[in-house]
Amino acid sequence: MFVDRRGFLKEGGRLLVLSAAAAGALDSVLAGRPEEADAYRLADHWWGMIIDIEKCIGCGNCVRACKTENDVPTEPYYFRTWVERYHVPPKDLVHPEAEDHPEVDSPNGGYDGFKEKYRAGDGSKNFFVPKLCNHCAHSPCVQVCPVGATFESPDGVVLVDKEYCLGCRYCVQACPYGCRFIDPRTETVDKCSLCYHRITKGRTTACCETCPTGARTLGDLKDPRDPIHEFLRTHGVQILKPQMATGAKVYYNGLDGSVR
Amino acid sequence: MKEVLRESRHLVRAALLFLGGVLAFLFIRQALVPKGFGEYGHFRSGALADNRDRPPSFAGMAACEECHSEVVAARKGSRHARVRCEACHGPLAAHASDPTTGKPARPDPKTVCLVCHLKDVAKPKGFPAVDPAEHGDGESCGVCHKPHHPEVG
Repeated sequence: MFVDRRGFLKEGGRLLVLSAAAAGALDSVLAGRPEEADAYRLADHWWGMIIDIEKCIGCGNCVRACKTENDVPTEPYYFRTWVERYHVPPKDLVHPEAEDHPEVDSPNGGYDGFKEKYRAGDGSKNFFVPKLCNHCAHSPCVQVCPVGATFESPDGVVLVDKEYCLGCRYCVQACPYGCRFIDPRTETVDKCSLCYHRITKGRTTACCETCPTGARTLGDLKDPRDPIHEFLRTHGVQILKPQMATGAKVYYNGLDGSVR
Repeated sequence: MKEVLRESRHLVRAALLFLGGVLAFLFIRQALVPKGFGEYGHFRSGALADNRDRPPSFAGMAACEECHSEVVAARKGSRHARVRCEACHGPLAAHASDPTTGKPARPDPKTVCLVCHLKDVAKPKGFPAVDPAEHGDGESCGVCHKPHHPEVG
């Protein structure tokens, strides 16, 4: 068979174009249903949370609900969220320049609630502080992961890729808030996912769902109608360890300066 | 011409070797980097779907209210009106998706009330909390307080 130059180029060009299209088609067939086929669009959300210290009663509902919802081992004592009780003694009148040294306890993370430990009327300050992953916008844990197994999702949630995690524990050390642990069953890291399987399907997180006083509220910072904007505007909120510039998105109302 | 070819043969060999190396790198990279890596950032985009795929344990109050309108009515105007159902009744997603199964147990007021209302100095001021040794004469809370509408009288 004789092929002249013109014919060769024509056929070759046609083959090139066709194979590119076929490759594209094959790709989309292999990928199956596209990820954003349902109503949820990654680019439309930026998740955060408000925690109102003035409403937290330390009942531990959030701790129990989180463990149930996310299959967190009850023992050893790992938590995706936990509650701390702060006891700030009155100022030392001889050394008023001394820093506050609060006593903090969190028996079993608050899972079983709290037994009364401190008495009223001694001039001390007492309150509960629920804690969880702060879903930082500039997260130290994401920066240290050597394989890209922990990441900030496009909708502002710090997530773990369990299939890709090596269990190297760099991120456990890097988190300034102590929010990560190694799941002993899988030897991969685990942490609060802000109930990603719930919030992307129109539900609130398990901890917000079970909080009886409304001390926790999930908020979408990209949704102009979300009441989180009104709350942030009208309250003096604080994040944990602002000096670390983590861009934390868990906002605390009524947070005492002694909280670490 | 022949002279030039013979003298540059070592260059051609080096170039082929280099090309082979580049192809081998591209091939190995293609094989090792998982699908979707780098689509949204330095991670596998499929991990988003992995995180989404968990089934929920808690159904959410909206699901409860679809059927239990009588409880919505009973709670109306009470101080418990905004307490979500599963805060006391526990995780009920299975019951919500198939109401014939997993019927929730009725919580015992004697224990469930004190989860929140046990006295502790760390609780916010004004939150109704009691010491059961001083309040209620050892009776179950439910004798005076209805959990869905706890106000007395």
